[in-house]
Amino acid sequence: MSKFKYLIDGIVKNNPTFVLVLGMCPTLATTTSAINGMGMGLATMAVLLCSNIVISLLAPIIPNKVRIPCYIVVIAAFVTVVQLVMQAFTPALYETLGIFIPLIVVNCIVLGRAEAFANKHGIIDSALDGIGTGIGFTIALTCIGLVREVLGNLSAFDHKFSSSDGMLVFVLAPGAFIVLGYLMVLFNKLKAHK
Amino acid sequence: MEYLIIIITAVFVNNVVLSQFLGICPFLGVSKKISTAFGMSLALILVMGLATLVTYLIQNYVLVNTWFGREINITFMQTIVFILVIAALVQMVEIILKKINPTLYQALGIFLPLITTNCAVLGAALIVVTKEFSFGGEPHMMNLAESVVYSMSLAIGFGIAIILFAGMREQLELSNVPKSLRGTPIALITAGLLALAFMGFQGIV
Repeated sequence: MSKFKYLIDGIVKNNPTFVLVLGMCPTLATTTSAINGMGMGLATMAVLLCSNIVISLLAPIIPNKVRIPCYIVVIAAFVTVVQLVMQAFTPALYETLGIFIPLIVVNCIVLGRAEAFANKHGIIDSALDGIGTGIGFTIALTCIGLVREVLGNLSAFDHKFSSSDGMLVFVLAPGAFIVLGYLMVLFNKLKAHK
Repeated sequence: MEYLIIIITAVFVNNVVLSQFLGICPFLGVSKKISTAFGMSLALILVMGLATLVTYLIQNYVLVNTWFGREINITFMQTIVFILVIAALVQMVEIILKKINPTLYQALGIFLPLITTNCAVLGAALIVVTKEFSFGGEPHMMNLAESVVYSMSLAIGFGIAIILFAGMREQLELSNVPKSLRGTPIALITAGLLALAFMGFQGIV
């Protein structure tokens, strides 16, 4: 049961986007459509899972003073792996996400979980935490992407349901800030009701 | 003339925070007071200029070069190499500044460690070595001087955006905001309106 808690915590109680407000750059930049947001979320989840596992194994042998640079190297290595895999198998998504794939390295969520969780817990707990936080991030990004796509382009998951044009501003930069702001309000309200 | 176009493009049209979404964390995190926002942007201008200078040289003379008679192209190592170099550079700037100019260190010191995880620094370093820019002429890869000017201008754009935003947030503190909008949500919506204003610069270059 306690193992299950690690998984759920990352999704609701410690949701990285709506509650902790971490990793804002990819959250705002890559959510122009639901598919893009989901792609970014899954890429981050893969890095988070692998780095959490490796860091939980390495934590006992890394000297405390140089731990942050060590974590960054581990994370950067997995980001490079994800980057090359995406370039090979999903070239279209790789092109759209562009610079934000290498920038997963400086995503505070990944380093934050390594520092706050993986270096104090065992391999299985860390893996579960990585998956939970990753799912929380993916759900948040998909929701934001979906709202922006529906309002801005009148389509959902690339299926257009109306031939007229949407409100373009929601796909552009200002829409990202505004949609995230209001979704955060909604999340706070729902949490307060529970 | 070309440099003027680069500066205007980087500061206003491709504003690093409001149109490229780099460096949102410090933009939301240290924008509660104008004075801290100002210190952060000064530190960022210094670090982004230096970081781009070093990573540009690494990209063109280490990752792509002829070593021992063999041509190598290991640009897939970009991410790892750049982040390590930037982290080391920031640490070094901190140590040097502490020694030679303690007053400046007092002013910028607390912001320097935060900058390593500012994605604007790594983002700018990656953009200048991977993207082609036209700036009114033929599309081309930027040379060293252009790259450094571009990324320092991006940092100036960050400074303008964060100082404007800090001014707005100081005012917001005094106004009566609905309970569930308080804190980050209202800040994000304000930033959205600011981004809308900056969209007006699109098309001037």
